[in-house]
Amino acid sequence: MSAGLLYALAGVLLFALGLGGIVLLRHALRRILAFNVMGSGAFLVLVGLAQRDGGADPVPQAMVLTGIVVAVAATALALALLRRLPEDRP
Amino acid sequence: MNLLLDGLLVLALLWSAWRALASPDLARAVVLFIVFGLLMALAWARLNAPDIALAEAAIGAGLTGALLLDALGRLQPGTGAPAPESPAQPPANRAGRRWTGSVALVAGLLAAALAYALFQLPAPTVRLPEQVAANMAASGVDHPVTAVLLNFRGYDTLLEVAVLLIALIGLLTLGPAAGRPAAPGPANPLLKALARLLVPLMILSAGYLLWAGAHRPGGAFQAGALLAAAAVLLHLAQLLPAWASPGRLLRLGLAGGFLIFLGVAAALLAEGALLTYPPAQAGGLILLIEAGLTVSLGLILAGLFLLFAGAEERP
Repeated sequence: MSAGLLYALAGVLLFALGLGGIVLLRHALRRILAFNVMGSGAFLVLVGLAQRDGGADPVPQAMVLTGIVVAVAATALALALLRRLPEDRP
Repeated sequence: MNLLLDGLLVLALLWSAWRALASPDLARAVVLFIVFGLLMALAWARLNAPDIALAEAAIGAGLTGALLLDALGRLQPGTGAPAPESPAQPPANRAGRRWTGSVALVAGLLAAALAYALFQLPAPTVRLPEQVAANMAASGVDHPVTAVLLNFRGYDTLLEVAVLLIALIGLLTLGPAAGRPAAPGPANPLLKALARLLVPLMILSAGYLLWAGAHRPGGAFQAGALLAAAAVLLHLAQLLPAWASPGRLLRLGLAGGFLIFLGVAAALLAEGALLTYPPAQAGGLILLIEAGLTVSLGLILAGLFLLFAGAEERP
């Protein structure tokens, strides 16, 4: 098994872990963490799968670079929305 | 030996992600998530993706971590002792356990199906790395990831900057939060001195990363992230106040990178497709766009943290 495939498999597990977390967790901050874990899993699948034969593939790498920046913007917006939730529902 | 290292790294990734979601203490969960981000940066380095590793360390672990810790400080005032929170697990009655079990089962089945699909995939018929390599000479830069980001798939990057701007506008629309502001204790004089020493070096490094992006790992994203980190450091050392409402100059800085990018795209529409550079001018145009993006991305990413960071409680 190549390293790329190994990381793609890890990405699949992280994706499933994050998905389960989003459904099961109660606290909104934890759901934001789970959403980020899910995103990291998708990124690992994208790059790992493209590089399963070894050798770097710049196309998925550039896309993941874009994705990381979008993920932090989404997280910041989610955290700002979280702050606006009423006190009794953190 | 290499596979052993990768295997250990994957196990550490899975463990830190699991603990970040399942740890009963919210503060520990956030710290473990930052650890997870740093491990992801290592994984990217192992996958021959130094560009992503740089961005993940600065943005995924650094900036996201700062945002999460800031949010945590507002949720739990007086962060010395962890405040009681709603339990991470649903109540341990029979229906709750059955629900948890069935969700875990579905997630496990999904993971198994996806993993099976990974092994069944046919070999790709289009070899993208070779196509990128074949067109490098016409791209205006020497680094393949920069060529993809700003030339071959420049429209992805254009839209991504638009998404960032929209997220920032969303933050502005929400306005100052009603939550408790983080207690602004007197800044540590050591932190102040360190920030004064480090920030000029960080700005210099950002300039280097921007320039290096044409030839080796680096570019506008990493440089912008570094600028944002410098701004956050200045704010934490109380040398830079939070932004209550961006003035005209700041607004121009926030939108400037996107406007330059859009202007170049509009000027080149006559070439027949979106963002098709004439090969002779490609290098200069990409440097112009990247310079604008570095400033704007730095301001936007810093704004995600600094907007309303010191907001007063609103009645």
